[in-house]
Amino acid sequence: MTASVRWQRLIGTVGRHALLIAGAVVFLMPFVFIVLTSLMTNDQALSDRLWPDPFQPSNFVDVFHQAPILRWTLNTTIYAGLATLGVLVSSIPVAYALAKLRWRGRNAAFMVVLVALMLPPQVSVVPLYVMWSKLGLVGSLWPLIIPNWFGDAFTIFLLRQFFLTIPDEYLDAARVDGCGELRVLFTVVLRMARPAIAAVAMFSVLYTFNDFFLPLLYVGEKPDNWVVSIGLSQFRNLHQVQWNLTMAATLLVMAPVILLFFCAQRAFVEGVTLTGVKG
Amino acid sequence: MRSLGRRDVIPSARRASRRRADWRRRGLVLFLMSPWIIGFTVFFAYPILDTAYLSFFHYDLLSPPRYIGLDNYRFLLHDDPRVWPAIKNTLWLIAVMVPARIVFALAIALMLARIRSGAGVARTIFYLPALVPPVAATLGFVYLLNPATGPVNKGLGVLGLSGPNWFQSPEWAKPSLVLLGMWAVGNVMVIFLASVLDVPRQLYEAAEIDGAGTFQRFRHVTVPAISPVILFAIVIGVIEALQYFTQAYVAAHIAAGQASQAGSVTTSELGYPLGSTLFYPILLYDAAFRRFTMGYASALTMVLLVVAFAVTYVIIRRSRSLIYQEGTQS
Repeated sequence: MTASVRWQRLIGTVGRHALLIAGAVVFLMPFVFIVLTSLMTNDQALSDRLWPDPFQPSNFVDVFHQAPILRWTLNTTIYAGLATLGVLVSSIPVAYALAKLRWRGRNAAFMVVLVALMLPPQVSVVPLYVMWSKLGLVGSLWPLIIPNWFGDAFTIFLLRQFFLTIPDEYLDAARVDGCGELRVLFTVVLRMARPAIAAVAMFSVLYTFNDFFLPLLYVGEKPDNWVVSIGLSQFRNLHQVQWNLTMAATLLVMAPVILLFFCAQRAFVEGVTLTGVKG
Repeated sequence: MRSLGRRDVIPSARRASRRRADWRRRGLVLFLMSPWIIGFTVFFAYPILDTAYLSFFHYDLLSPPRYIGLDNYRFLLHDDPRVWPAIKNTLWLIAVMVPARIVFALAIALMLARIRSGAGVARTIFYLPALVPPVAATLGFVYLLNPATGPVNKGLGVLGLSGPNWFQSPEWAKPSLVLLGMWAVGNVMVIFLASVLDVPRQLYEAAEIDGAGTFQRFRHVTVPAISPVILFAIVIGVIEALQYFTQAYVAAHIAAGQASQAGSVTTSELGYPLGSTLFYPILLYDAAFRRFTMGYASALTMVLLVVAFAVTYVIIRRSRSLIYQEGTQS
């Protein structure tokens, strides 16, 4: 290797690292400022200073007095819990039938799942709103929860992709041993697909936690049933609350998601990769 | 049929039992598929058909729908002064935000793929913002980019620059949303990173022996190898742009609230400031759930549906490998 090539390499490596470090600093900055502001007094948050002095950690207690955050958290927990349970119960069998059973129309059925996956949720929202309002359920959490008990396209898609990677030999072995299809699904497939199911459950929890559009439609007018995302969006205007408290609330909403990520990092990244790489 | 000659030989009892097994199998498939069959019918097929139907009616949820022919579409095309701005804003997202995010995500992924020390930490840092709930992220950015008191403009002030009015200015509101989108680019970045790491090393070595420089290796090895993933990212980006709602809604809501607090009265909070963040889904939301003009909202939905179907058609045509097992590892 000639000296000039080695120099070029070195410059490239140093340059890359410098750029990445600068980028990482910029990416972390918003977090830093949000944390710092959440510890300031209101006057400081409006002043030129960037460092809190004195520190005011009591903001994180005040936040709970300003708004019924626990109530929102409870609603979000109900929504996320029941929706995720429903997504798993209803999507696993569908994914299994699409991946591991042979039947006429299977590819067409999967195509329909893909189309449903791609279309924006807005395309079905007007008639569904009319339907839920005729049923008298607008204002409750049910319009958010119930559809999840009838298969979720994204979950079906991900689980099918994962089920395809399970070798048929395992299933055939179980069938030869006299297992019916349901037993094969429950014993062999579910056990082997545990990481994928965990990833899918996590995505569902995240999706419901972050969901804003549908809660806005169905519980937006009913503060008792607000979920965290709606509550947070209204927090600052609720009673002209200050920025320091708003940032403390923002941080409280970010925290569970980020904790979840650090607890289950591998499942996360694998799941995200599964969605894309196979395209 | 190979077994045609032998069919008559099979005793009818066995034939019947095989037919029973066939039916049982069909029943099983039907049973397993039933959640999706119901879900698809009730929450997907029916709403789309009903939207098409309602788009020819005047309907305000209170009185029964009244047939008005093509009036909704006529109003959409000719009379509603907000339709074209909304379409233009959404096209702006597709033309600016989608490419900006993809180029940015690819650049980070390429750099991350080539470092050895600290790769895990760096990956986590660049991925983390994608996890932040969109409402929280938007709130954070409205604060960071607050014209007078936000840290970004304070920082620019220290450097002797006067920052723009960001979410308070019609020119800068959309670019502010792009910044937010670039910060939360982690999902795209992770997918690019995985595909870049999948490119066989031998290809790079061969290109290097042939005397290819860094850019040529990128252009002639990396890009062709990951082009399916790039296409995937573009299509997903366009689909996301078509339904872009939460960030625009929250940013306008908070920024307008702040402005009205400061005394400058705002006309309408949706699309604030001055309709610069009025994207198509926001218009649709306004028509359906603020004004309760359900028929007109259905007509707006039909336009969105046609566009979304066209985009979906492209990706499904291109990803046949998803459907047939062979070649999934593209």
